[in-house]
Parts: sequence; structure tokens; C-alpha cells
Amino acid sequence: MTDLTALKYTDQHEWLLVEGDVVTVGITDYAAGQLGDIVFVELPQVGATVQAGTVVCEVESTKSVGEVYAPANGEVVERNDAVVDAPELLNGDAFRAWLFKLRVDDPAVFENGGFLTRDQYTALEA
Amino acid sequence: MTIRNSPLHDIHVAAGASFTDFGGWQMPVRYSSDLTEHHAVRDAAGLFDISHMGEIVVLGPEAGAALDYALAGRLSNIAVNQAKYSLLLAPDGGIIDDLIIYRTGDDRFLVVANAGNREDVAAELVQRAAPFDCDVYDESDDIALIALQGPKAQEILEQLTPQIDGLTTSLADLKYYWSTPARWADHELLIARTGYTGEDGFELYVSPDAAPALWTAIAEVGAGSGLVPAGLAARDTLRLEAGMPLYGHELGRDILPVQAGLGRVVHQNKSGGFVGQDALAVGAPDGARVLVGLSAEGRRAGREGYELFGADGEPVGRITSGALSPTLGHPIAMAYVDPAVSEPGTELFIDVRGSRIPATVTPLPFYTRKAL
Repeated sequence: MTDLTALKYTDQHEWLLVEGDVVTVGITDYAAGQLGDIVFVELPQVGATVQAGTVVCEVESTKSVGEVYAPANGEVVERNDAVVDAPELLNGDAFRAWLFKLRVDDPAVFENGGFLTRDQYTALEA
Repeated sequence: MTIRNSPLHDIHVAAGASFTDFGGWQMPVRYSSDLTEHHAVRDAAGLFDISHMGEIVVLGPEAGAALDYALAGRLSNIAVNQAKYSLLLAPDGGIIDDLIIYRTGDDRFLVVANAGNREDVAAELVQRAAPFDCDVYDESDDIALIALQGPKAQEILEQLTPQIDGLTTSLADLKYYWSTPARWADHELLIARTGYTGEDGFELYVSPDAAPALWTAIAEVGAGSGLVPAGLAARDTLRLEAGMPLYGHELGRDILPVQAGLGRVVHQNKSGGFVGQDALAVGAPDGARVLVGLSAEGRRAGREGYELFGADGEPVGRITSGALSPTLGHPIAMAYVDPAVSEPGTELFIDVRGSRIPATVTPLPFYTRKAL
């Protein structure tokens, strides 16, 4: 079971697991539930340089498209191709079905606020 | 705008539905999974709450004549218990709503409108029927609507027929686009062989008081046949596969029937005339875009609002509905395109958020059920 309180969140329904200068990014179970059955995932290329706040990833359901934003400036160091092959993993356990890992230029961004705690995020869902 | 709840709302909540605002109503968008519900309707059966639809009764000796004038089709010559699809047009020929009309008596017609257009339709019918000897009543608040759709719909509903009185025909003999009055548990029913999924099925008009018990009874007898409750998300992908237009997407006030491929619905030379007749006689301007189907490969769907481009890179149209087809496994869409690129087989490109995805103009519908 993922410790959801150990994650950070964005108001765009992404979850972030920060480990040193690498952050793992996914979408929350709430976002997956809102999208419905997820049928297509497009991930960024490993090695891509991304800018905070830009769309780096798309998650499509039968009904709609969800865009996933880069939480910080950095370089994509890993991607989870399992979710490309089986997008329904995101509907199963969104907190295990991570999308990509980013080596951020400045890990201090995660100390300076702008991201949500679990309590702050669940308050946002309601 | 007030958000309204269906008379079946508590049942949907108990079933774990998630809801969406649709035409001013909180309606179930899905119970568990869009795809599961979609496949259940194609393979077995699904139960839909569509109580948000508007029902307007036109009653009187000249009700048929009034509808002939008010609508694009001829309604006065359909038989009692027969149904017909028609259009309510503005004087300029634009589509105010698409409708199903049931003749429920010699001088009584039930006009079923989209939820978001209910008030416009009722107001137009009141005004257009005024010169005729008939009255128009908006009975939407007194009628709930349950759709039972899928290849097993008949065998499921037949299990309830011991409790249903007053049928004018057996369910097996009830033809597509016909209906029968009935009584179930002391409540009046209208059972119609109509639907919006591309499958066989029934639509059941019933009082809001009786709707929860009827829903529960159908759900119980159908469970063994694979019946599941299905939400608006599945309904949308089902109707898209079946090539059925949805108001606000393929149909609107800026669309003429001929552009939407609905010229067959218009009875252009109707004696006595009808609202929109003069404008339709002039026809659509040269180059007016027309509705087509599009098929693509892969899994990335073009969606409403996405632009279409020709092989030369010029913009040629726009998607009005699109999804990855659950039944076919590839992306499908409906779109308005320039007539020059509307022939089946024409290769176009969908701008999917910056990437150009090839797509082929395809005859509608994408999906046709197997003959019984």
C-alpha cells in the first residue's frame, strides 16, 4: 500500500514522489476516476528536457483527455512503458501506475511550497 | 440554472454511480466502467435512466395537422402506436431540436425532446399549434424514461410480461419504431421499440412514482442475462458507433438538415407548408460543410473541436464527436467537412493537439448490429 501522506500533490491532480533530485509523477485516483476508462497514454521521451508547468504527457479515456504537467524544470530519466501497454493500470491503482521520473534542476522547489499535502489535496477534491 | 435529479437518483447513488450535469440534470455518467457498460449493451443488455428527456403532448382533433406544420416531417399520416423521427426547424432552416414523436391516439401525439431543448421545443410547439384545434402540454415532469437496450432486451422484458397488462402486441411482434400502451403494477406505461445505441431495445415511459420499482424489477430479472445499469458515457460511445447525431454536437441552429445527412427526414413538398420550408427550398449555400464519419488507426482519438486538414495542409473541417471505439478498437469520429473532401475513402488529417493523425472518410454508421 502506497503511503499517500508521503506524496506531494498538485492542483492539477498529479501526485509526486520526491526522492533526492528525482521526482516520480503520476495522476491521482481521483483524476483517473474522473477520466473514466483510460485507453491511451502518451509519455515523454527519456532524455527530454521539460519546463515546469508545460504539458509533458497525455492520458486519454473513452470520454476525455487529461494533460499531465511537468512539476519542475528538469530531464526525463525514466518512463513507465507498462502504462502505455496497459493504460487500464491507471484505473486499477493510480498510485502505483507512475508515468515518468524527472531529475529536477533544483530540488529545493519542493521545499518552497506551491505543492499540496495529502490533506490539502483531498480538501480540494471535495 | 437549477440542477435537477431524476426520480431514480437514489437508486443510482446506491449503485455507486458518478454523475454529470446534462441538460440541467444530474445524471449517471457511469456506474463502474464506461467500457464494461458499453460492451454489456453490445453483448447482452444495459439499463439507462434517460428521465431528463422532455415529453410534450399535443392533443386535439388537429394535432396531426399542427405537427405537420410545426415539424419537418409528416406526422399526420403515421398510425396509432407508430413512432417517427423528426426535426423542429427555425424559419431559417436551422435545427432547433431533433425529436421522436409517438402517436398514442387518433388525436394524441407524444413529442420527445432533448433535455436541454425542452423549453424551446415546448414554446415553439405552443406557438406553432395555436392556429390549430389542439392543445400542447409539457408533461416532462410527470414522465420518467427508462431505456433497456441490447440483444437480450426482449428476453429480459418478456420476464416481466406476466405483470404487464394491456399490451396491444407481444413484445416479439412489436416492430422497430412502434409502441404499445401497457399497465404495470397499476401504473400506465408506454413501451416503445426505440433507442439510441444501435442495438435492439425498448424505451419505457412511466410515471416518476413508479419508475424506481420498474427499474428495480427490470434490473432483477435481467441480472442473470448480463444486464447492467449503464451511464451517459456508454450511451455516447454507443450512439457514436451507430452513427446517430447528438444535438449540440452534430445538430444545431446553424446546421441545415441536408448538411447533417437528414434530408430524408424533411417532407419538402408537404401541402400546407411547414416552418423552415422556404429556407430549405433555397438549400444550403455552395460549399456548406457536410457531416461525415472518420476512421483512424492506432488508439489516439480525435475529439470534439479538433481541426481537420487536407493532404495539402489546408483546413477542411472540424470534429463534432470522437472517441476510441470500444467495439471496433480504433478511433472513430463524426465531423463537418468541406463537400470536396466528403467522399468515402478521402484521406484527411486530424490535428490532435499538435500532431497530425491520418484519418479516412468512412460511411456512417460505423457499427450495425447483426440481423436477428
